[in-house]
Amino acid sequence: MTSSTTTKTNNNQNRKLWRFHGGVHPPFHKEESNQLAVISAGIPEQLIFPLRQHIGKDAEAVVAVGDIVYKGQVIAEASHHGLSANIHASSSGKVSAIEEHVLAHPSGLKGLCIIIDTDAKDDWGDCKLEPYPEYQNIEVSDLVKRLQESGIVGLGGAVFPTVVKVAGAVDKPIKTLIINGAECEPYITCDDRLMREKSAEIIQGIKVIQQMVKPEECLIGIEDNKPEAIEIMRKACVGDSSIEVVAIPTIYPSGGEKQLIEILTGKEVPARGLPMDIGILGQNVGTVYSIYQAIVEGIPLVSRLITVTGNGVQKAQNFDVLNGTPISYLVEQAGGYTKMADHLIMGGPMMGFALKDDNIPVVKATNCILLISTTVLNESNSAFSRQPTLPCIRCGKCMDACPVNLLPQQMYWHIRAKDFERAESHNLKDCIECGACGFVCPSHIPLVDYYRFAKSEIRDQAELQRKADQARQRHEFLAFRKERDKREREEKRAAHKAALQKKKEAAAKAKAEAGESGSVATSAADSKADAIKAAMQRAKAKKLARAKEAAVATKAENAND
Amino acid sequence: MIVAILVLTGLALLFGLILGYASVRFKVEGDPIVDKIDSLLPQTQCGQCSFPGCRPYAEAIAAGDAPINKCPPGGETTMLALADLLDVEPLDLDEEAAEQSDVPEVAFIIEKDCIGCTLCIQACPVDAIVGSAKHMHTVIESECTGCELCLPPCPVDCIIMRPIKTTTDNWKWKSPHNIEADYPVIPMPTETELEKRA
Repeated sequence: MTSSTTTKTNNNQNRKLWRFHGGVHPPFHKEESNQLAVISAGIPEQLIFPLRQHIGKDAEAVVAVGDIVYKGQVIAEASHHGLSANIHASSSGKVSAIEEHVLAHPSGLKGLCIIIDTDAKDDWGDCKLEPYPEYQNIEVSDLVKRLQESGIVGLGGAVFPTVVKVAGAVDKPIKTLIINGAECEPYITCDDRLMREKSAEIIQGIKVIQQMVKPEECLIGIEDNKPEAIEIMRKACVGDSSIEVVAIPTIYPSGGEKQLIEILTGKEVPARGLPMDIGILGQNVGTVYSIYQAIVEGIPLVSRLITVTGNGVQKAQNFDVLNGTPISYLVEQAGGYTKMADHLIMGGPMMGFALKDDNIPVVKATNCILLISTTVLNESNSAFSRQPTLPCIRCGKCMDACPVNLLPQQMYWHIRAKDFERAESHNLKDCIECGACGFVCPSHIPLVDYYRFAKSEIRDQAELQRKADQARQRHEFLAFRKERDKREREEKRAAHKAALQKKKEAAAKAKAEAGESGSVATSAADSKADAIKAAMQRAKAKKLARAKEAAVATKAENAND
Repeated sequence: MIVAILVLTGLALLFGLILGYASVRFKVEGDPIVDKIDSLLPQTQCGQCSFPGCRPYAEAIAAGDAPINKCPPGGETTMLALADLLDVEPLDLDEEAAEQSDVPEVAFIIEKDCIGCTLCIQACPVDAIVGSAKHMHTVIESECTGCELCLPPCPVDCIIMRPIKTTTDNWKWKSPHNIEADYPVIPMPTETELEKRA
């Protein structure tokens, strides 16, 4: 399915580009938020830090209620029981509570959060890490350690701990380093603004990664609807032959890691495989900038760029936002809500999820807060807005749009029939949930919601099966243990019985011997009397020996005196 | 005639020998169908099917002594899986089985009331309760199957069943099917109606 086109690059060479299957062209709405320069959102009165802002296990809180914390201080350490990442206080203040708070999650469930009342001083204390401006002279292991300390995760949306990804690539032969600046999701422009304003820093960040994994080439993929960013990035890497900025055609979802790899290299990442398996390492530009900050400036991941946009907000703009800032505060900075704010979405209209409440903090994964009216959301992605759906007419449009080459409608029918096994046999697990199928669906069927539903059902079934197997094992072991204890008890009893029997026999034998010399009646009494006599003699002998010992001891003492 | 009889007798003897040898050589230890049925049962070991555990129930099903609809924790899913495996008609769930709530529960010991009698420990089929005589007991939540077998022996009624807490880890997406169900149905005009309109 991969076809190729050619495009001009900064070196005026023709770089061959490929095309992934499917893809769609939703209204992009980028100009609404990409005109103004990034400003800082400031320090809210309260910062809320969920303990899980990354893929894997909860971080473990290392502060207590009432503690004074500085900006950049680690407030929750990466768990040792699996993938995890450090979480840092993004401003100074006092820990006012560690309690359950609503999370930025489609379920709207609560989770454990550290809440900090800020003191507006933004005081770093001595929590800034040592900057490595001469990172070329720093050992790779120290750089890896720094990434671990700074709690950096993939800011493109997957929030996979970056240290794991990069450290995993250090010893592997990496041919291509791909920097993802595609930003294909409608409305979102934070990567665009970042590239325009921090191009030199991004290049430095790339150099750090190059030093660590030593790739043969580095490609920065940017969609051609961001000509300013392409221009500026090209200027920033003039004279550096190892980095090349590649303008790629605008099509959703070109910013998906596997899709971008296919566009730039023509290689497909194997199903359930990693880009590393085919010699590629991908990093989002936002992540690269955080790596630059952590290594060169010694600043851990405490803030990121977030786009606040949509017709539901007064002034759409990109903000430099402290981690843990409540959305309500962020919207205030953007001039507040308009009457059109029907939906509050974290992320974009294709892959984002709706939130019920604005008293929810932004997290490391948040790249966009979208406030949008129902009408405009319908135009952007009709499957998202949950308007009444019509029956599937098997037109097959979803199949043409799927960037992973799946059969969306087949999976849809199987899932409707609750036949998850067959849905799985159509490679449901490879679905990247990009929403392209739902976007083209003329019946507005929320196809991705079906796939998410099926995936969570399958996961749940697997979990139940695992629990059942575990219970069976434990039950069988219990039965085995009971059986074993019983057997052991019986064996003991048998041994005891045998010993008793032996004694009896011996006694009988003695009796018989005694019977030979005297009468049967007296021999038993005699043997008993003998035994008592013998015991008394033994006691006497012992006593005597002890007395003698004591006498010897006193004598010795006297002699010493 | 005699030749035919001899040939057939010879063949019968030969095949008899082969079969006899095969039955010894390839003897199947245990009953694989019981294992298959057992693997479909939820292993709560609760005994609500009136058999003392999942395996005895599996053996009874395999022997044809028990219907497939008597497992309350497994519910409809297990019944359908069993029907599929044994190629029999699905049955309605047993009365008791149908009453089972959908929310999975685990046992919880109210620790301040526990007198440390160890009766629940002995009743637990999966060793999910820890404690010793005259010391407080507690349930290991991750191992508890929710079979409720520990409830009756407790002399002070300090064990309660609590639903498993929903977290972002075990939360499930709802089926979007219910929002789809209420789409407005527009009745299509019949041919006669169309003619009338014309």
